[in-house]
Amino acid sequence: MAKLTLLFFLSFLIFSSCIAFQSDELLVDDDEFGLEGAKPRSTDLHTSSSSSPQQQQQTPTIRRRYSDPTDLDSKVQFTLEHAFGDSDFSPAGTFSARLKTWSHGGKTLTKLRFSRNDFSAEEKEAFKNLLKGDDFYRIRLPSNVVSPPGREFVIASVRARCLPRDGLDEHFIIHMEGANILAVSYGSPGACQYPRQLKLPAKWSFNSHTILKSSEQAPRTPIFTEEILGGENVEGEVEPPPERSFWAKYWMYLIPLGLVVMNAVTQASNMAEEPAGGQAGGAQMQPAARRR
Amino acid sequence: MAIRVFLTLLLFLSSAIVSFSLYEDQAGLTDWHQRYIGKVKHAVFHTQKTGRKRVIVSTEENVVASLDLRHGEIFWRHVLGTKDAIDGVGIALGKYVITLSSEGSALRAWNLPDGQMVWETSLHTAQHSKSLLSVPINLKVDKDYPIIVFGGGYLHAVSAIDGEVLWKKDFTVEGFEVQRVLQPPGSSIIYVLGFINLSEAVVYQIDSKSGEVVAQKSMVFPGGFSGEISSVSSDKVVVLDSTRSILVTIGFIDGGLSFQKTPISDLVEDSGKAEILSALLSNMLAVKVNKRTLFVKVGGEGKLEVVDSLSDETAMSDSLPVADDQEAFASVHHEGSKIHLMVKLVNELDNVLLRETIQMDQHRGRVHKVFMNNYIRTDRSNGFRALIVMEDHSLLLLQQGAIVWSREEGLASVTDVTTAELPLGKDGVSVSKVEHTLFEWLKGHVLKLKGSLLLASPEDVVAIQELRVKSSGKNKLTRDHNGFRKLILALTRPGKLFALHTGDGRIVWSMLLKSPSNSQACERPNGISLYQWQVPHHHAMDENPSVLVVGKCGSDSSAPGVLSFVDVYTGKEISSSDIGHSVVQVMPLPFTDSTEQRLHLIADTVGHVHLYPKTSEALSIFQREFQNVYWYTVEADDGIIRGHVMKGSCSGETADEYCFTTRELWTVVFPSESEKIISTLTRKPNEVVHTQAKVNTDQDLLYKYVSRNLLFVATVSPKGAGEIGSVTPEESSLVVYLIDTITGRILHRLSHQGCQGPVHAVFSENWVVYHYFNLRAHKYEVTVVEIYDQSRAENKNVWKLILGKHNLTAPITSYSRPEVFTKSQSYFFAQSVKTIEVTSTAKGITSKQLLIGTIGDQILALDKRFVDPRRTLNPSQAEKEEGIIPLTDTLPIIPQAYVTHSHKVEGLRGIVTAPSKLESTTHVFAYGVDLFYTRLAPSKTYDSLTDDFSYALLLITIVALVAAIYITWVLSEKKELSEKWR
Repeated sequence: MAKLTLLFFLSFLIFSSCIAFQSDELLVDDDEFGLEGAKPRSTDLHTSSSSSPQQQQQTPTIRRRYSDPTDLDSKVQFTLEHAFGDSDFSPAGTFSARLKTWSHGGKTLTKLRFSRNDFSAEEKEAFKNLLKGDDFYRIRLPSNVVSPPGREFVIASVRARCLPRDGLDEHFIIHMEGANILAVSYGSPGACQYPRQLKLPAKWSFNSHTILKSSEQAPRTPIFTEEILGGENVEGEVEPPPERSFWAKYWMYLIPLGLVVMNAVTQASNMAEEPAGGQAGGAQMQPAARRR
Repeated sequence: MAIRVFLTLLLFLSSAIVSFSLYEDQAGLTDWHQRYIGKVKHAVFHTQKTGRKRVIVSTEENVVASLDLRHGEIFWRHVLGTKDAIDGVGIALGKYVITLSSEGSALRAWNLPDGQMVWETSLHTAQHSKSLLSVPINLKVDKDYPIIVFGGGYLHAVSAIDGEVLWKKDFTVEGFEVQRVLQPPGSSIIYVLGFINLSEAVVYQIDSKSGEVVAQKSMVFPGGFSGEISSVSSDKVVVLDSTRSILVTIGFIDGGLSFQKTPISDLVEDSGKAEILSALLSNMLAVKVNKRTLFVKVGGEGKLEVVDSLSDETAMSDSLPVADDQEAFASVHHEGSKIHLMVKLVNELDNVLLRETIQMDQHRGRVHKVFMNNYIRTDRSNGFRALIVMEDHSLLLLQQGAIVWSREEGLASVTDVTTAELPLGKDGVSVSKVEHTLFEWLKGHVLKLKGSLLLASPEDVVAIQELRVKSSGKNKLTRDHNGFRKLILALTRPGKLFALHTGDGRIVWSMLLKSPSNSQACERPNGISLYQWQVPHHHAMDENPSVLVVGKCGSDSSAPGVLSFVDVYTGKEISSSDIGHSVVQVMPLPFTDSTEQRLHLIADTVGHVHLYPKTSEALSIFQREFQNVYWYTVEADDGIIRGHVMKGSCSGETADEYCFTTRELWTVVFPSESEKIISTLTRKPNEVVHTQAKVNTDQDLLYKYVSRNLLFVATVSPKGAGEIGSVTPEESSLVVYLIDTITGRILHRLSHQGCQGPVHAVFSENWVVYHYFNLRAHKYEVTVVEIYDQSRAENKNVWKLILGKHNLTAPITSYSRPEVFTKSQSYFFAQSVKTIEVTSTAKGITSKQLLIGTIGDQILALDKRFVDPRRTLNPSQAEKEEGIIPLTDTLPIIPQAYVTHSHKVEGLRGIVTAPSKLESTTHVFAYGVDLFYTRLAPSKTYDSLTDDFSYALLLITIVALVAAIYITWVLSEKKELSEKWR
């Protein structure tokens, strides 16, 4: 019986690992075989780019060793748009990525690159106004990268005073679900001091960091076979309760006992004194009696 | 010295007596349970026999119940499921209560005396249709008179004895709608009348023994029908045509079919749109035209004739046979604060059998329904009693010009609950009262002492129990030191506000919402929600606290809202206003003005927000924080969550300075093909968090990410939004999010593959616990997510703290990138859940318990320690000392942990917790069809002595000791003296 349960448990493990494999197919990395059965469930993809006035550089951090020969990938591009306060949205940069289509129909975005347009003179002025008014700098992305803008734009905003450091530091976290963008978190990469001080950037160039996030899989609820539980229970029963010191166990008896003893001692000492005193008294009284 | 020893011993003993769980005799001491049935839809009287007089009712809360006609108590009741609405009730064979429910697909028979189910038949249905129940009146056990049920396109004949389906007939013809099933008494022919596409009337004659169609007649009516119908006799019905201006009498005597048209304008001068009232009167029908009720008599040849007309606001009962083949009906109308009950004969409307005038509470509103019953008086004449249903859903029995009993059935449909303090007690108390209470107090304690020393006789035990239930002063209407006495304010669906006392659950006051302007469009607003408006403390002590009741005129989302401010102490409405815009969301702000009135923002459908109270002081407070006010909206149907910030004042003629426009800051767009929002939840705004940090076993600190702006969102795949088991595990997944509502950042996102809703969640401090179904494991699961702040993690160093080099006092802004991490763990849970709550205490020190409303309508208290994400399989010694329980895959359900003990809160919908002044104790109020209240102490009452503590024993001991000291002192003095004299 025990063996059977064990067998069952093992088969369950195998089965569950099979399922785990399926879900692992959603990995970002092109190299499927290298990662078979591997653990990472969260697929974070970091990209950082910085644009300088002269030329736009893209520095993707992840490089692939080789690409899949049966390539179903397609390049997609989607634009980042921005708005200053209540102004209308205008293009501010372009994300380009590869859309990988998996055999089971799932799609994932890989190799995200970002090129940020520089602020024009007008935009600089608008941004300065935002800084003065402590107003919002807003960005938006299409909610679907394959057929932008999809259903709706995904909007994020930040108080403009949070961005300037030496340059303009920005940090994107794009939450993806397949080819859909759920939400984008936008802000400065670090802390934003409060109260926010008015500070103009030294350089009007963006320092962009981008993280692509897809959803994490919840860990399985641990299932214990009865054996483990039973064994534990038995152990738990056998295990003696933690040894407490003598004092911890019997203090409630010891204190009164101590008091009684103390009482007795004082009584005894009194008694000891009393006879002595009595004798002395007697000695004194006897002469007195004699005197009578 | 001996005294000290004795005292210490006594103290030990008294502390050892403190009990740590609920014993049998403690039930009902602090808790109470009230049983309700809901607004009555149908009522059937059962008064023939000499035994108990009873009335069988079915209600809008899907309850079928038998009530005592003498006292209004419930003999028995059954709460059917939420989707099992009752369509009809009848009594068959004089001993079974027959109910038809679920759109005519479930027919059940209940034993009349005790409510046991006798049989249940599920009937085949094919389409949505009216469901009609006709129960034969005769008492003979005879298969010739089966119960005729129409529902879902099929006509069934069911034997009343065992529920066997005798025959069934298919009426699922395209466009055919059955309107009436009639069976003339003594006849074996059943007439089934229906309309095809509301333009052709069809009558089937069916043999009641075999179910075969004997004859069928149809006739086209050129104008078309409106669908309203009234059957006036066994061979005639009256319908309204589609223009609602012509009454058509349809006669189907002996298989023929005839129409007779009578324009309303012939009957009454000022014609308008007519409406047929549902009251069943023999050879007569009631029509409502231009707010007047007309009684139209139907002659032998279908001739219509107006015999009487009444003003509006009249409620009528069905007619009832009284002696000599005559039928009578009751009508009730209002006049000021009185109601008039009249019973008239149908044939002679001038002959008023009964005329009674009864004083009626204004806060019960209008009469909605009347059910009449007759009885034979001691002088052999006819007596009548009437059961009336009022606008506030209360149920009253009228007899002999008086209200015999009343039931506040509005409390079965509580929509929102809040708590309020009672007024402070007066200082001056008369001396006699004190003496009386002192004597009583002593007597009680002597009794208790007897009980604890096992000297009490059985009578004494009863007296002790009574004393405990009365528990001196727990029902007083003043505030107490521990905060145990409070008012529970419950808003009900009909718009009535009740104040219940926590001591015994009695109604302290009640108030029906009124429309402020008495406009025709909105006669009675329905209540939506309840907010604390003014909680005086600090500098407004003289003000009475008040609550804000937000109501709405009509069910439409754009319907104008109504605000009403109610004084909590007196239950009087201070003011009410028609706010002229719709109410989508009410947001209490964390600011109060100088009179402690809380500022509220109300969002309307246009996207504007309005500030209340409309005072210049409130406006100036709001302007100061204008930059920092954010709000969000959840569009569950579109799968979009939007964040907004204040922009400026409204423009336009109608706008005032308290109206503001907003601007969209962020959006979260869930892909419509893969995710659908099923649950959103935030923390309670008034929750108190005692400690920001959590000390680990390895003397490590974890900082809780305690933010008021976190939103928990759960989404499922659109396919998985249906019932559990309707999809395969591969098709369904559940994703949960924690979203910052200021910036729209997703702080935590976790997907559960192969899981399905419904999701029930509770959010407190820095954790969320949610309950859902795991399709792969075929079990319910509970997952806990705790979110911790990493940015303050460096503040562990003592030196840093001493030198002030920490960022603990730095203001926290949402625009900083949050450095958080989450811990999460899942457990199986054996039960399906209706609602989850968490206990809340005054300072948040006491450990928390989850209150789980189970499918069995009970409340289970589960320690938060069981859903700790840090539980491991083999906790180390240090972890055990910290109180970490070894990991198990299933959460335990301990039978003793049901706080409802033997009670069931039928139809449980919500649980509300409120702190008392005593840190250890929390108020718990659960509502559904029933109400239940209890006090809980999640970590035991560590800060007070129990009620059982015998003060008398302590007092007597002290007195005895003092006496002993005195006596021994006297004795020793004497001894010394005699010693000296020796």
